Amino acid sequence: MKKFFRGALIAGAFAAAAITAAPARAEETIKIGILHSLSGTMAISETTLKDAMLMLIEEQNKKGGVLGKKLEPVVVDPASNWPLFAEKARELISNQKVAVVFGCWTSVSRKSVLPVFKELDSVLFYPVQYEGEESERNVFYTGAAPNQQAIPAVDYLMKEEGVQRWVLAGTDYVYPRTTNKILEAYLKDKGVAQEDILINYTPFGHSDWQTIVSDIKKFGSTGKKTAVVSTINGDANVPFYKELGNQGIKATDIPVVAFSVGEEELAGIDTKPLVGHLAAWNYFQSVDTPDNKAFIEKWQAFTKNPKRVTNDPMEAHYIGFNMWVKAAEKAGSVEPDKVIDALPGIEQANLTGGVSKMLPNHHITKPVLIGEIKDDGQFDVVEKTDDLVPGDAWSDFLPGSKDLEADWVAKKCGNFNTKTGKCGGQGS
Amino acid sequence: MRLIGLRGATLGLLIAIATLLGGPASPASADPVDDALARFAADKYDETDKAIEGLVAASAQNGQAIFEAMSAGRLLYDPESKTVLIKDAGGALVLAKTGDPAPQALAAKPLKTVRLNNRVRRSLEAASGAFALQAPDPQKRIGAARAIFKTREPTALPAIEAALAKEKDASAKQALEAAKAAIILARQDAPEADRIAAADIVAAVGDQDALAALRTLPANTPPAVKQAAEAGVASIERWLGVANVVQDVTYGVSLGSVLLLAAIGLAITFGVMGVINMAHGEMVMIGAYATFLTQGFIRDYVPALSGASLILAIPVAFLVAGAVGVLIERTVIRFLYGRPLETLLATWGVSLILQQAVRSVFGPTNREVQTPEWLQGSVSFLGVSLTWNRIAIVLFAMAVFFALMLLLKRTSLGLRVRAVTQNRRMAASMGIRTPWVDAMTFGLGSGVAGIAGVALSQIDNVSPNLGQSYIIDSFLVVVFGGVGNLWGTLVGALSIGVANKLLEPFAGAVLGKIILLVAIILFIQKKPRGLFALKGRAVEA
Repeated sequence: MKKFFRGALIAGAFAAAAITAAPARAEETIKIGILHSLSGTMAISETTLKDAMLMLIEEQNKKGGVLGKKLEPVVVDPASNWPLFAEKARELISNQKVAVVFGCWTSVSRKSVLPVFKELDSVLFYPVQYEGEESERNVFYTGAAPNQQAIPAVDYLMKEEGVQRWVLAGTDYVYPRTTNKILEAYLKDKGVAQEDILINYTPFGHSDWQTIVSDIKKFGSTGKKTAVVSTINGDANVPFYKELGNQGIKATDIPVVAFSVGEEELAGIDTKPLVGHLAAWNYFQSVDTPDNKAFIEKWQAFTKNPKRVTNDPMEAHYIGFNMWVKAAEKAGSVEPDKVIDALPGIEQANLTGGVSKMLPNHHITKPVLIGEIKDDGQFDVVEKTDDLVPGDAWSDFLPGSKDLEADWVAKKCGNFNTKTGKCGGQGS
Repeated sequence: MRLIGLRGATLGLLIAIATLLGGPASPASADPVDDALARFAADKYDETDKAIEGLVAASAQNGQAIFEAMSAGRLLYDPESKTVLIKDAGGALVLAKTGDPAPQALAAKPLKTVRLNNRVRRSLEAASGAFALQAPDPQKRIGAARAIFKTREPTALPAIEAALAKEKDASAKQALEAAKAAIILARQDAPEADRIAAADIVAAVGDQDALAALRTLPANTPPAVKQAAEAGVASIERWLGVANVVQDVTYGVSLGSVLLLAAIGLAITFGVMGVINMAHGEMVMIGAYATFLTQGFIRDYVPALSGASLILAIPVAFLVAGAVGVLIERTVIRFLYGRPLETLLATWGVSLILQQAVRSVFGPTNREVQTPEWLQGSVSFLGVSLTWNRIAIVLFAMAVFFALMLLLKRTSLGLRVRAVTQNRRMAASMGIRTPWVDAMTFGLGSGVAGIAGVALSQIDNVSPNLGQSYIIDSFLVVVFGGVGNLWGTLVGALSIGVANKLLEPFAGAVLGKIILLVAIILFIQKKPRGLFALKGRAVEA
């Protein structure tokens, strides 16, 4: 027994030596940090993004890398633990000397790494739709701001479905709360009365939806057309939709439009009872363009799974990564300061047939797509904006942020107050 | 002259071509059915909507088949010739207009499916409702009448009256009468007395839809009708007030059963054995994954049994989770008896290892466990709607509880378990192999947790995190009910469930949970041993 242990120890030591020795021998590379949770609650969503990044980097290396150097991914696991995100970000930037980091999913993880990126002056690409109200010099937001997802979705429901009564249901944390605040202000702006808005929050991972679904049913039975705008977070969605289906609420009665339910989330449910419920994103796997087709093929080949789905944040990483490559080539360097200055104005074709552009406020232009769930777990695009919508960091519908503007090119400021003409204000 | 004639003919031809090309928009087409069908090929929701209207207006002979195919996604069209086809259930193509087999040439073309959105789906429901009123199956007729009751679509009135005239089934007749009343109530041109009578009929239906019908009267309704409607609203609301409480309590019982299922395994490992088992949730998770695997296996190898796959998954989940439990007991926990803090940390570690192991094997995403037909949908009883899967869970939780009770009270294993937990040394000196009993007891508790996983796979995510969301609740139930007492677990689970559901409507889900937690903390301060404290020597052991 003892001998076995000693043998194992020696073997382990050799293995460890081999691992640490490997990068030292390799030629000089540019390191790319990937900061996505591979364990814990968020692993369900973030693992996919890590794989997507690995695929993009592999692709780029096949094309010869960037500035004549190969790219080397450095993957760390912040384990869905918010303070650990900051630690791992520091490790990536200080110890691993990565040129850029792609990562984070939840807003709280982004907020947790922000000070690190500011202090060590590095670049973060954040690929997920979020509540807005932020624009930082070191962060590039490739996911949707509220005006690129929530507001167009509400507009669609008003126009196409004639919705007059609104249930805003969300998980109890910063993204749903801010989004619902914006939506509430927007709806009132459109003349919706207070009594026609029902706001409901549930804890993370809520699984008993009986009362809430039956409340929604009651709220919707006044004769006015009712819809649910759902900012319910990942895991709680499955039991929510199951309860909806079982209580017989069909999309034709009370449609639910979701901002956090994509192809990946639907992979875990039987979607037949959900046909017709909606989701608003900037990308759907079902969009029929040559670029998207090629992307899906590459992804399924990379994951060796012909059924593997793609989703919106993956496309955001695709756009963000390619923008970073172009910016690095334009600047002739991967140094953060130079890349940050080069990025605004960079254009990159997205997968839905348009060309997205990095704006001075570090958000990008995106098309807005509304899709209805089909019985095969995919979405049927029922509405697409004609033009790309520019991401707005500061919502026009919140009193505190109405006058704020982010411009990192001309004004070098993330929260310029147009009334006082000064940089600073809320969020500074 | 001849020239002019020729020119005239050319012009006519051009118009004809234009009409053909412009197909959908043109009113000139001779056959309204053709005209309507051509609109499907426009691939626009507006046109599709109009096509449905057109088919209903023309009462197309093949209408119902077209609508059925459409809602099933089997209505196709050829973008070139604008021919609309139905792919029947067997996969054969027929022409939509006539139902005749489609020519071979068409079948070879790249056909597109007529797309639906919610608005089109609604029109489709209303349209097929008119056809369904004539269906031979009374259940279908009732369904159609209910749908009309909900939409109060005035154009459906003639169809309803026609159906009423020949309806023989009593409950179908009642549903039709209600639908007719709902339409008449909202009609401006109906006589006042009729509308008042209609208000009474609608009020007698007494559900949410009736409430909606009574509340949404047009502004210029005569006061007498309004009064009748208001009286109806008041009587329904009085009744719904009672029904709401009944509903909250039933929801509470259902939530309580879920808690009971999740906690009952812990009631054995923690309650009876005293092991603070943080890996309990992972046993539930393993049970859910065992269900997923069993279902997949049955689907692939014995598809005939797939309806019963959930039931077959119960013993599998019990054995798998039980085996893992015995393994944990033999390799970790048995070294830590009597050291609660170390046990807590060790089992917490085990739970993380199990979670990550499952994540590595099955991936981090949710796995789909299908709900068999017989568990889908809901039943409405006295205005309270309960879903079948919740009812099944209530019954299942009770069955598991009493089976476990029986096992502990009536079998020799149960006797040994009770003997060891009451006085280990005495039991050992009587010749009971206490280590064996420990392993079996822990395996039993884990196996029961695995069974809970089968049930939870029906209402929650089957993901590596499944167990985490139940571990706190499970401890809460066991501690609240009284450690070491199965009855306490039952009462504890049900009272927490009902209290939670009674609080939720006015406190909200988040605040409700906080209030409940605070209440339980205060309760435990007062009675540290929970609702049903064990008395006697066992406590000292």
